[in-house]
Amino acid sequence: MTTDTRPSSAAPLPTEDEVVLEVSGLDVDIRTPKGTLRAVNDVSFTALSGRTIALLGESGCGKSMTAKAIAGLLDPVASVTGGEVNLSGTDLAALTPRQRLKFAGPELGIVFQDALTALNPVYTVGTQLGEAFRIHRGLSAKAAKAKAIELMGHVGIPQPETRVDSYPHQFSGGMRQRILIAMAVALSPRLLIADEPTTALDVTVQAQIMDLLRDLRTESHMAIVLITHDLALVAEEADTVAVMYAGNVIEKGPVAAVFSEPHHPYTKGLLDSVPVGAERGDDLTSIPGSPPELHDIPRGCVYQSRCPLASELCRTTRPALQATGEGREVACHFWKELAVA
Amino acid sequence: MPDLLDAPLLDIRGLTKNFHVASAKNGNNVLCALDRIDLHVNRGETLGLVGESGCGKSTLARTLLMLERPDAGTFRFDGIDPFSLKGKALLAWRRRVQMVFQDPFASLNARMTAGEIIAEPWMTHRDLFPTAAARAERVRELLILVGLRPSDAGKSPQEFSGGQRQRIGIARALALGPDIIVLDEPVSALDLSVQAQVLNLLNELQQRLGVAYIFISHDLSVVRHVADRVAVMYLGRIIETGTAEQVFERPRHPYTAALMSASPRLDAVEGRRQRIVLKGEMPSPLDPPSGCRFRTRCWKATEICATTAPAPTAPTGEPEHLAECHHPVQRGEDSGLLARAS
Amino acid sequence: MSPYQPDPQLPPGGRAVAPPSTEAISITRIESAPDKKISLFRLLLRDRFATVAAVVLVLVVLTAIFGPVLMGALATKQDLSATNRPPFSLADGWQFVLGSDSLGRSMLARLVVATRTTLSVAVPAVVVSLVVGSLWGVWAGYHRGLRETISMRIGDVIMSFPSLLLAVVVLYIFNPSIANIVLILAITRIPIYLRTARAESAELQSRTFVDAARTFGTAPSAIIRRHVIPVVLPTLLTLATLEFCYVMLAESSLSFLGIGIQPPDVSWGLMVAQGRQYLQSAWWLALFPGLAIVITTVAANVLAAWLRIATDPAQRWRLTLPRKRLIVRMPPKEVK
Repeated sequence: MTTDTRPSSAAPLPTEDEVVLEVSGLDVDIRTPKGTLRAVNDVSFTALSGRTIALLGESGCGKSMTAKAIAGLLDPVASVTGGEVNLSGTDLAALTPRQRLKFAGPELGIVFQDALTALNPVYTVGTQLGEAFRIHRGLSAKAAKAKAIELMGHVGIPQPETRVDSYPHQFSGGMRQRILIAMAVALSPRLLIADEPTTALDVTVQAQIMDLLRDLRTESHMAIVLITHDLALVAEEADTVAVMYAGNVIEKGPVAAVFSEPHHPYTKGLLDSVPVGAERGDDLTSIPGSPPELHDIPRGCVYQSRCPLASELCRTTRPALQATGEGREVACHFWKELAVA
Repeated sequence: MPDLLDAPLLDIRGLTKNFHVASAKNGNNVLCALDRIDLHVNRGETLGLVGESGCGKSTLARTLLMLERPDAGTFRFDGIDPFSLKGKALLAWRRRVQMVFQDPFASLNARMTAGEIIAEPWMTHRDLFPTAAARAERVRELLILVGLRPSDAGKSPQEFSGGQRQRIGIARALALGPDIIVLDEPVSALDLSVQAQVLNLLNELQQRLGVAYIFISHDLSVVRHVADRVAVMYLGRIIETGTAEQVFERPRHPYTAALMSASPRLDAVEGRRQRIVLKGEMPSPLDPPSGCRFRTRCWKATEICATTAPAPTAPTGEPEHLAECHHPVQRGEDSGLLARAS
Repeated sequence: MSPYQPDPQLPPGGRAVAPPSTEAISITRIESAPDKKISLFRLLLRDRFATVAAVVLVLVVLTAIFGPVLMGALATKQDLSATNRPPFSLADGWQFVLGSDSLGRSMLARLVVATRTTLSVAVPAVVVSLVVGSLWGVWAGYHRGLRETISMRIGDVIMSFPSLLLAVVVLYIFNPSIANIVLILAITRIPIYLRTARAESAELQSRTFVDAARTFGTAPSAIIRRHVIPVVLPTLLTLATLEFCYVMLAESSLSFLGIGIQPPDVSWGLMVAQGRQYLQSAWWLALFPGLAIVITTVAANVLAAWLRIATDPAQRWRLTLPRKRLIVRMPPKEVK
């Protein structure tokens, strides 16, 4: 337990900024009572080692489904119908479930939102943590348990030797989330997907967990894909952001640039509706309406029904992502007008 | 005789609530959920109640709604102790405090229509709108007031989005014409853009109707925006109160400072900022630390913190900004040691 | 001075809520999706199995009501020249299409007349145990504490007796009239509903919308009536249809032992019991009444399963799916 004073990330970022995950043109379709609908449309982004990319969006925008598609955990009613998910050279989308098994753990780790439902209540924490070692490294139960204790200490769980035999419900929410993170990073994967990892946690615990993730990232140079709806969290923790709306990526770029000068009306609307700096009693600027249902996604730009700049062009032609600066892309016909406004 | 209009609408002193549970490890079987709480709310204002899980804010909300009976302390609502009322008088009193719940899906019965949900309070208070026609008309008015359509009265909750369901919950809370509405995390379950809409609605309703709010939330930026005054809870005690500006700009209790620091900020994009990261976790309420309850996680803790529970103190010139701490954070003080989470 | 002195300027009920002005409110209206409301009847017609089940049950009920009127005399008419006739031949007349028994009575007529007796034992027994057990269980589950504990222990005591043995003893002591049979069957089945209703009620009473109702000051009985019972009812009705089968068979066992339905009354159970000894020679004596029991219970179960989904607003959409979409398959893998 150190009590050193240092800023949240003093360690220099790793020089190897190599591409760990490359998603190109990912499409996910889902079968519903109303027909086959596209839940994720032509999504592309890149995750670099030692960096965090955030998938930002509100509920129903497709970010969780994208994560599940990458991880191979889609519901039976959903399936990947196009695009590539390239993890260190292998296209995950083209693998059979059996082949995928080799990747889960050593290459790819996932942290879910609700640790209580993600952990099996009838097995001890030690058993669950050791599972990764037993499966992928062929360790014996005893050796795996020793590894589990080591891992628990690494993520900051006090007295791991005694707690390794406890059950998930005997831990607090923050501790459970640490266990989940421990399970995800047990085999030092190159990519970690964190799906709303702190949404269910208190804010002080959230700070601890995000610090932990950052430390782990620095140690092993893993790439993190952070899925969230919390803009402030993205501002603090992510290097790049891909903003999603109605299944499409509508803006991408470095967080600092995107948040200080958004190029898409939706991003701007989101930033405006966060109550920061607003005076007590003032109205917040809110985006009118609500996101379209899956079966109601319009032809043309997906954001047209709520966009103050919408025009005839937006109704007929869906804008493609175009480069608008260093590392920035936006899918909007009128992004230049927004920059001026 | 004191001028009643200046007196707070709700005045609570020394409120204590204990629960009896199966014994904890140290043989203790009394869980002190609320420990001598002092709180007041003035007419028409918004009191923000901030705290993390396990601090007792849900118990406090339930006690305010008279769903739980306090074990000690005085509870004065407009000068009267509602817990001393019985029967019809108690029933009439219940109209004055209502609640909006956190989960827009669980708080509405899926088998009832929106109109039935909003009209349900009048089933118990039949004298308010005795005829079906009067009730239907009032439902119509309330739906318009919260930004829904009168035709929505016949729909069942599944047909609405989360934000709309929360509006139905707000309409239901308004049905009895309360003086105070307790809002328990009303926008936490909603998307950001919908949050803004609902917060604007709450603001508008307060300006129109003059209703007071007790706004419970863990999202500090939201509380900052809506609250006139703020109270911070930790492990069953209110450890700091003051105006929103005082508590947010100049927090005096270390816990408040840590909360402010831990909340991710949208405008902290350039460069990573210094953060206070607290050690450890909130202790179990069954086994609270002696003296100051926060000392196990506090970087300023000294011997006196373990022996004596601190009394609330206020800085000169700001008598309403109270904090219970032996070593309150001074203005301009370095945010202190960064204690890494153990 | 009374503790609560209402402010004379305010209308009753406390604070005045200003009526909304007619100017448009500057809050966004959100379009909600239009929903097609289908009537329960049409929904039924979309499900072939459920429709057939409903038709079968309607026929059974009609037979029970009108059967004895039409065929009462025929059922008791003995024709000693046509005993033990096998079914499916009209050689001796249409009344023997399902065969005849050892006294030459028409099986068909006896089946029809027995319907009323069978239903008049099974239906009241199920209804009584359903109503008593559910109300008791819901009350015990809502209030919890001592009331719940005592109720559960009483239920345990009843359940610990083998119900058939209990029935035999009781009916031996008192007379085996239809009323007594109904009563004893009902009492032994009450704990089934009691336990289920209590468990669901205990879970429901902690739900948020029940808490909301408490904040208005709603009395427990009103909360139970408005919130608990509508949610618990589908489960209990499903249970009741399963119990329906059990009760019919229990009545059959009692009749076999001679303390159930007494001749000259006739029920399906009694017919099965009487036909047991003739299974090798005159199989139709036991088969057709047995078939009648099976068909009625299956129909009741199918309809109850459908009703359960149809009355749950959150599940109703399943019934509006086009039939072939009910089974989802993975699409063939696209190979790049």
